[in-house]
Amino acid sequence: MTIGILVSRLAAALVSLTASCAAAAAGDEIVIGDLDDLSGTYADVLGAGGVEAIKMAIADFGGTVLGKKISVLVADHQNKPDVGASKFREWSDQSGLNMLIGGSNTGVSIAMAKVAAAKKVPFFAIGAGGASLTNEDCTAYTVHYVYDTTALANGTASTIVKSGGKTWFYLTADYAFGTQLQTAASKVVAANGGKNLGAVRAPLGASDFSSFLLQAQGSGAAVLGLANAGADFSNSLKAANEFGLTKTMKPAALLAFISNIHSLGLQTAQGLYLTTGWYWDLNDDTRAFAKRFFAKMKAEPTMDHAGAYSATMTYLKAVKAVGSTDPDKVMLELKKTKINDMFTKGGYIRADGVMVHTMYVMQVKSPQESKYPWDYYKVAKPMSGEEAFGPITGACALAPK
Amino acid sequence: MTHVFGIPVAVILGQLMLGLVNGAFYAMLSLGLAVIFGLMGVVNFAHGAFYTLGAFAALLGLQWFGVNYWGALVLAPLAVGILGVVTERLLLRHVYKLDPLYGLLLTFGLALAVEGTLNELFGSSGQSYPVPDALQGAMNLGFMILPIYRAWVILASLTICLGTWFLIERTRLGATLRAATENAPLLQAFGVNVPLLVAATYGGGVALAALAGVLAAPVIQVTPQMGSSLVTVVFAVVVIGGMGSILGAVVSGLTLGIIEGLTKVVYPEASNIVVFVIMALVLMLRPAGLFGKE
Repeated sequence: MTIGILVSRLAAALVSLTASCAAAAAGDEIVIGDLDDLSGTYADVLGAGGVEAIKMAIADFGGTVLGKKISVLVADHQNKPDVGASKFREWSDQSGLNMLIGGSNTGVSIAMAKVAAAKKVPFFAIGAGGASLTNEDCTAYTVHYVYDTTALANGTASTIVKSGGKTWFYLTADYAFGTQLQTAASKVVAANGGKNLGAVRAPLGASDFSSFLLQAQGSGAAVLGLANAGADFSNSLKAANEFGLTKTMKPAALLAFISNIHSLGLQTAQGLYLTTGWYWDLNDDTRAFAKRFFAKMKAEPTMDHAGAYSATMTYLKAVKAVGSTDPDKVMLELKKTKINDMFTKGGYIRADGVMVHTMYVMQVKSPQESKYPWDYYKVAKPMSGEEAFGPITGACALAPK
Repeated sequence: MTHVFGIPVAVILGQLMLGLVNGAFYAMLSLGLAVIFGLMGVVNFAHGAFYTLGAFAALLGLQWFGVNYWGALVLAPLAVGILGVVTERLLLRHVYKLDPLYGLLLTFGLALAVEGTLNELFGSSGQSYPVPDALQGAMNLGFMILPIYRAWVILASLTICLGTWFLIERTRLGATLRAATENAPLLQAFGVNVPLLVAATYGGGVALAALAGVLAAPVIQVTPQMGSSLVTVVFAVVVIGGMGSILGAVVSGLTLGIIEGLTKVVYPEASNIVVFVIMALVLMLRPAGLFGKE
């Protein structure tokens, strides 16, 4: 194991070397940072595509704001909270960082939010799901932009309970994100008259899910709630199909990205309900962005890719409007201006930091229904931002109930 | 229904069966590691990467050349085995005379490079490999529904493990291989091409990993990370069995698969550490492993 530590240290050293080369002297440039999982299991959800989306937004904005060039810093947080937080701190101290785009992983994002508060740097959480980022872990500089566990549960769980799936059993990834997601979904199920029959917590990155699924089958529940993500989600759904579980239980994806559906294939994923903040094939605006993105990345954008583009744009517009990068003035502007772009119409940032916008409950098409490449979803139900993200809970000190 | 410790017997039997399936994978992977360590003294950290490469070879063979599953079972290990021989000749043979740590570092670096390259080329979500038509469906065992493919995995893996054990412990080729590890210069003096033998051993060991990769492809998502998440467990299995012991690798692979399966019923959160707890206990009580020579 000491070898493992040595190698990861070396890798981290290499990353910081490249990053400091790109660093600009504070003041002559507007610096946007991107800390994300660039090499691990979530790299397809945002990753390299996220970097591209941020660069597209900067180019579309004109490359400069307030007469200064806009530059981007990128680093891999390797799904490690300490790496994410220390990189954020370093950029803020040495590279004149003005804003940070936070990638996947709730655990890392919670650590980075603490740095955002200490260094007063606006922090847009794009890839993380945990709703605690705008509740007990909220800060004055955090914006939770694309989706959170509350919205996912309100979308998928309530739709399924209302359509008759009353009894639930959860297969939960055993870490912050999974347990927050399961808690949120259980509340929604109970509130809508359903029953939670139990849960099994599988270690993150388990190599085989069949044992856990056998337990789910034994519970007699009608719905299998998959409170996991990435490869865990794909592998558990595959095994559920293999063991014939999908014949007796309805699987519910509490978080799935279009990249997951693409890699699983419609044969396995068909009929699945899921909740998303954005879909490439919603309207002409989304399709126009997707076409440009596809030309560069050879894949349709996920909701996180679109969110990273939109968040960068929104931040730059706010800087331009207030004529300064002063974090407090920018945050004030952000929280009073509606967001209208290809990502959302009329979205707004609430006092606790949630970007309230329409979410979509989707159902995955069958192979017969899918007419062209990446034609994967049909809209089961659009949810207004208020319905999706729910009322302010009061857990965040910035936003009393 | 009859219960044992408050758990229905049917559930226990089902979990035993699934544990056996996972154990079969552990056995095959640790077998290759044990062969490489036993005969070459190399701690092959790249083993997981070769497993991943086996699965990707099957996937790409299907997509690019239309090679079906049965063809992949032969061709993927062959291709990866050749890659293993090349790796041994170009890189690995230079570190034999050095401290074992160098071999470990080299193979660990290789593993990172392979994973990173696959990530760059194919993305981290991976792709699905279809279950072959002949092995579709499931059978009802009374206490559980067992997919036919999983039963096939147990059968295939046990056959391969037994075959490898027989080859090394009971044949003339195996005797020569073992002689090479005991006293290479003497064997060379008898006119045996020892470097070729060593390269072939490494190739054979990683071909076993690739074969496990092909067997795994239809049941799990083929991703660049699939090897690295498995390889640490497999190393623990080898340590428990006794580094270099072939029988130890197979027996402890199957046993630990079953123990892990039972842990998933009793206390699922601990299922990813139970193997390491056992490893710690074995190292305390029998440092050479259960089947290792002191």
